[in-house]
Amino acid sequence: MDYFFHILIVIGIYSIVAMSLNLLAGYTGLISVAHAAFYGIGAYTTALLSLKAGLPFWVNIFAGILASGIIAFLMAWPSLRTFDDFFVITTFAFQIIIFSIMNNWVSFTGGPLGLPGIPRPIILGITISSHLMFLFFVASFVMPIYLMLNQIADSSFGRVLKAIREDEIFAISMGKDVIKYKITVFVIGATIASVGGSLYAYYISFIDPTSFTIIESIFMLSIVIIGGAGKLSGSIAGAALLIFIPEFLRFIDMPNSIAANMRQIFYGLLLVIFMMFRPQGLFGEYSFGESNKKAKQ
Amino acid sequence: MGNTALENQIKRQSNRRMLELLEISKRFDGVFAIKDVSFSISLGSITGLIGPNGAGKTTLFNVITGFLNPENGTVNFQNRPLTGLSPFKIALSGIGRTFQNLRIIKGLSVEENILLALSEGRVIRSIIKAFERRDSKVEEEKVKELLEVVGLSDKRYDLAGDLSYGQQKLLTIACCLALEPRLLLLDEPVAGIAPEMIEKILGIIKELPSKGKSVIMIEHNLDAIMQVCDRVIFMDAGKKICEGTPEEVRNDPRVIEAYID
Repeated sequence: MDYFFHILIVIGIYSIVAMSLNLLAGYTGLISVAHAAFYGIGAYTTALLSLKAGLPFWVNIFAGILASGIIAFLMAWPSLRTFDDFFVITTFAFQIIIFSIMNNWVSFTGGPLGLPGIPRPIILGITISSHLMFLFFVASFVMPIYLMLNQIADSSFGRVLKAIREDEIFAISMGKDVIKYKITVFVIGATIASVGGSLYAYYISFIDPTSFTIIESIFMLSIVIIGGAGKLSGSIAGAALLIFIPEFLRFIDMPNSIAANMRQIFYGLLLVIFMMFRPQGLFGEYSFGESNKKAKQ
Repeated sequence: MGNTALENQIKRQSNRRMLELLEISKRFDGVFAIKDVSFSISLGSITGLIGPNGAGKTTLFNVITGFLNPENGTVNFQNRPLTGLSPFKIALSGIGRTFQNLRIIKGLSVEENILLALSEGRVIRSIIKAFERRDSKVEEEKVKELLEVVGLSDKRYDLAGDLSYGQQKLLTIACCLALEPRLLLLDEPVAGIAPEMIEKILGIIKELPSKGKSVIMIEHNLDAIMQVCDRVIFMDAGKKICEGTPEEVRNDPRVIEAYID
């Protein structure tokens, strides 16, 4: 049963991250491959503060939000003045930089050895230790984040985001400060990703840089695309699908080294199949590629 | 009552220049797309901008609206220079524009397209507003009013992408009007649509000066230009060739030559 709860917890954490990435990539059309970096910033901030300063979990999560928010702002300020593919490249560069810092600043981040022994979160004197308790703990983040993002996406602010995705020039001609909108949404996305990272650090209780690589960013993007860009519930479904199905590979009699690679192949294959037959994803309303056609007109 | 007050105001300001272009030049890869173009638009006028393809008409619109920076010259709007302002600020300062290749958000409804222009432009405030309530009553009324102006009231909740080409052109005009501009730059507002729709759009354009708005329109349809414009500017190869009343420009030998070629 714990194994089942474990999968649900992982799905919950990835739902948070994927929903926040959906706000960027799905709603606004900002394809970022730096989301694992912000996820990692949340995880490392939380881990470091709880290990070295012994602060309570809510302070650490908030500190993670603050740290990734500030870093996202500093990163977005210059890079969101670029367009389309160039923006993807800047996020790619940023992802590599953050990974290098985690991997090489040994005295601070533990380098490749990571940070072990992150204590369990304590709420009102109760230590969250069992899988079931953790499942509720994670769910208590997934729900409000879903509701909050839904509210944002459904508002006039969200309407401007969609307009930026569909036709940036039109949004500008309607008097919208498109760059400011993009920076804001990028910062919101990064802070929520960091919440996911904090929860991950608490759950696994050990973090190392390999959990925050570009591969991880691309995996998050796959969840968004397969679940459906521009639809928040799609991101939850996408996370469930992409995490649940490969778990079945465990039950097939297969050496572990092969099974791990099979998973990568499976993700790639699924992405190709979706791109060919259902570019809008499971629940999405917007297909990747269409906005590019328009931009070239 | 309200009308005469507005008319008086228009009269008082009529010597004021709405828009003034001073020796604007713009080059693409060394070739002049616009060369030393100067003209001014007075308040409440409808000016036609004509000329063959590649004459620099749309480039001129892009310079006025800040999407392109000119190498030389200044653009003054209501006696203030627009130089260096970003395009969204120029839009907010009172210059609305439509595009030749129809820019609307096809995946949003007609109403939402208009609300896009009406809604709060300040980013942080708009996020706070997201948690307060839905679109306000004032905006609702404004949408209704604009849809009546362009005659799309029955299409309010339809997807913009499902409208006919002519209706989409009407919608772009409604979006543009939602900004409450003093000056409208319309890029080929009646190109490629049915004759009845042309009459409808021209009817809307003709009404604009009485609401204190000025218009510059690019159009290849000379009959439309003759019908609504009180001044016409003819451009060719990036230069302003001549300017005058529609009659004068139509009878200018250089214009005749360009259109017969």
